[in-house]
Amino acid sequence: MSTASSTEHAAASHGHEHPKWLAHHFDSPAQQFDTAKLGMWIFICTEILMFGGLFVAYAIFRGQEPQMFHQAHEHLNWRLGAVNTIVLLFSSLTAALSVRQSQVGDRKGTSRYLVLTLLCAFGFLCIKYLEYTAKLDHGLLPGRCFGHPWFGDHCVGGGAAVLPAAVHGLSTRAHMFFAIYFMMTGLHGVHVLVGIGVLSWVLMRNMRGDFSKGYFTAVEIGALYWHLVDLVWIYLFPLLYLVG
Amino acid sequence: MSTHGEEDLLNTNYLKAGTGVKSWLLTLDHKRIGVMYLVSIILAFFLGGVFALLLRLELLAPGRTIMTAAQYNRAFTLHGAIMVFLFIIPSIPAALGNFIIPVMLGAKDVAFPKLNLLSFYIYVVGTIFALFSIISGAVDTGWTFYTPYSTSSNSSVVSMTMAAFILGFSSILTGLNFMVTVHKLRAPGLHWRRLPLFIWGMYATSIIQVLATPVLAITLFLLAMERVFGLGIFDASLGGDPVLFQHFFWFYSHPAVYIMIVPGMAVVSELIATFSRRAIFGYFAIAMSSLGLALVGFLVWAHHMFTAGISEFAAMLFSALTFLVAIPSGVKVFNWTATLYKGSIWLTTPMLYAIAFLIQFTIGGLTGLFLGTLATDIHLHDTYFVVAHFHYVMMGSTVMAFLGGLLYWWPKIAGKMYDETLAKVSFAFVFVGFNATFLVQFIMGSRGMPRRYYDYLPEFRPYHAFSTVGSWILGVGFIVYAYVLIKSLRSGPKAPPNPWGSAGFEWASESPPVLANFREVPTITRGPYDYHLTTDEELFDGFPEDAPKKA
Repeated sequence: MSTASSTEHAAASHGHEHPKWLAHHFDSPAQQFDTAKLGMWIFICTEILMFGGLFVAYAIFRGQEPQMFHQAHEHLNWRLGAVNTIVLLFSSLTAALSVRQSQVGDRKGTSRYLVLTLLCAFGFLCIKYLEYTAKLDHGLLPGRCFGHPWFGDHCVGGGAAVLPAAVHGLSTRAHMFFAIYFMMTGLHGVHVLVGIGVLSWVLMRNMRGDFSKGYFTAVEIGALYWHLVDLVWIYLFPLLYLVG
Repeated sequence: MSTHGEEDLLNTNYLKAGTGVKSWLLTLDHKRIGVMYLVSIILAFFLGGVFALLLRLELLAPGRTIMTAAQYNRAFTLHGAIMVFLFIIPSIPAALGNFIIPVMLGAKDVAFPKLNLLSFYIYVVGTIFALFSIISGAVDTGWTFYTPYSTSSNSSVVSMTMAAFILGFSSILTGLNFMVTVHKLRAPGLHWRRLPLFIWGMYATSIIQVLATPVLAITLFLLAMERVFGLGIFDASLGGDPVLFQHFFWFYSHPAVYIMIVPGMAVVSELIATFSRRAIFGYFAIAMSSLGLALVGFLVWAHHMFTAGISEFAAMLFSALTFLVAIPSGVKVFNWTATLYKGSIWLTTPMLYAIAFLIQFTIGGLTGLFLGTLATDIHLHDTYFVVAHFHYVMMGSTVMAFLGGLLYWWPKIAGKMYDETLAKVSFAFVFVGFNATFLVQFIMGSRGMPRRYYDYLPEFRPYHAFSTVGSWILGVGFIVYAYVLIKSLRSGPKAPPNPWGSAGFEWASESPPVLANFREVPTITRGPYDYHLTTDEELFDGFPEDAPKKA
């Protein structure tokens, strides 16, 4: 490697504007921005593979017992699911708009859209809470707790599983559907919570005045993550609520 | 523009830029994080090694020797879990890779320094979970946590699976960081065809880490849910499928084998090029074979399950795909061997480890084909033949590469030279000890000694005794190796920037490098193995003040 031409480059890299938000190991704001974005895309790949395990489990068990899946899914409230889908799609729109506002340097607009996104996220969780409590009331629970409302009758813990013959007209095999339902929507719910954390952090930084036309990396990255949360739900809704 | 004070700090030896415990624990410098990883994984290796020696001691004679059967089950599980999750997966990537990758790329740091520190602390938290599991009753399931035993065993399974779950995230974040670093932070002139083979190997490893590890995460999560809530997905009595657990587990854990071996190959490529003093033979083929292993590694997982009751058609398909692995592996071995041909070979200790790697990887790789063949696998499955096979690949290859690589880059990391004679002594013990321990296991495995058994028939006694004595020689080798490092730290002579006279890019930095790695951003004008394009100055192995004047 030559050092002769390197001084020239060093001079070049120190010649331009070096804002305080530009980390010392980057040459230019564009490099820093691209780096962050690539990082989030790779992280999204990881996330998809993680959900992938559950999608495979879904495919296998639905392939084995399609009728059971069909019967069990009728106990999910597709209306609430549809409302939640609309809420999340709308929140993805507001997240995208918040990025757009930060790109043009509109701090207030960015905050406004971020708050809207966060409200949608909380709205989603409230509806999910209603759905979950209904399932718990009816004992539509995974595995050995199927038929035991609110995990009653010591269904959690050791000993042989005591499964009732039928619950609300469903065969006990239906516990598998609810196992998958709770794992998939539960893991997704955890992602909603993480998304709320990320977007709140972005909102706080925006209100503090960290971002400008030239630097809005965190808004873009946060929104990208939020789109993933939305994307996963887009697949969960038809697979779980609209079987058959 | 940064101030003068910061400029001076960036141009200070990284070991001296900041003092005190806090300057280490809160550092964002990839070199210091690499050193912290190095210390952690050496401790993990020590702990896993103690379990290994205890296991071998127990197997010295039939019947009870030093522990009960229940203790033995825990000891082999802990040996496996610690060595896999705490030592070998982070060993080369997180410790050596963290230190060397940015220096090789001419970058000032990894892409996300804070994430790098975070992944170290995630590793620490995972380790705490693992230690908690050990003291709260340990695990007796084997490191594979197969259901249904892992859902019914009364040992401390949940905390150990959570440890592996957490450690997985550390691994994912490290891989993500390296991928982005390679894409975005290469020095001017360092295009893909000039990337050092170490970088190619680490890049391939990172792809596997990012794409395979999340599947392990979800699998272990479901396993924990199974234990806590009786989920049923892996429980046959509830309509679930225990073989599904094996599919999920090996969908990660087979690619994970390549997370372990590809970094070893990456190190060996560097060692062989430097100490043969010539352009590596088949640069592009070696680079692509790393990516090839990453790809093929995703397609062969069910060869761990030939006897688990999968369909005959699936078994045939996975057996055929398994043979594909031999192609990229063979490409590497032949290219390394061809590099040695007419090279100017310098037998330093790192080079000895590289040659040991060549021999032992060939044995480990070829015996893998025995196991990938359906008919022979029925006979050899779950015997000591399997144990010997994967120890030849994991320990005889990856650990050898790690030991060689650590000595090779030691002058960069510590800024000091090590005692070459003593290092060769340690190599002799490690090489002899390793082969004495494991070569004999092929024989007893092929004669029917099952793995993981606490007791055995008297006819296996000579093999077991031989293997145990081998493990003692190996242990002595590691003690001498540790002494070499300690002696170097205490009284080693100062290292010149390029003690091996290598054309590799990392040797253009100072020993040890300054905080920003280079005082000026380097511009790359040749490949890392283009010895015919180097100047005497670049290959000079002494101190800069004694350097030859330019002609």
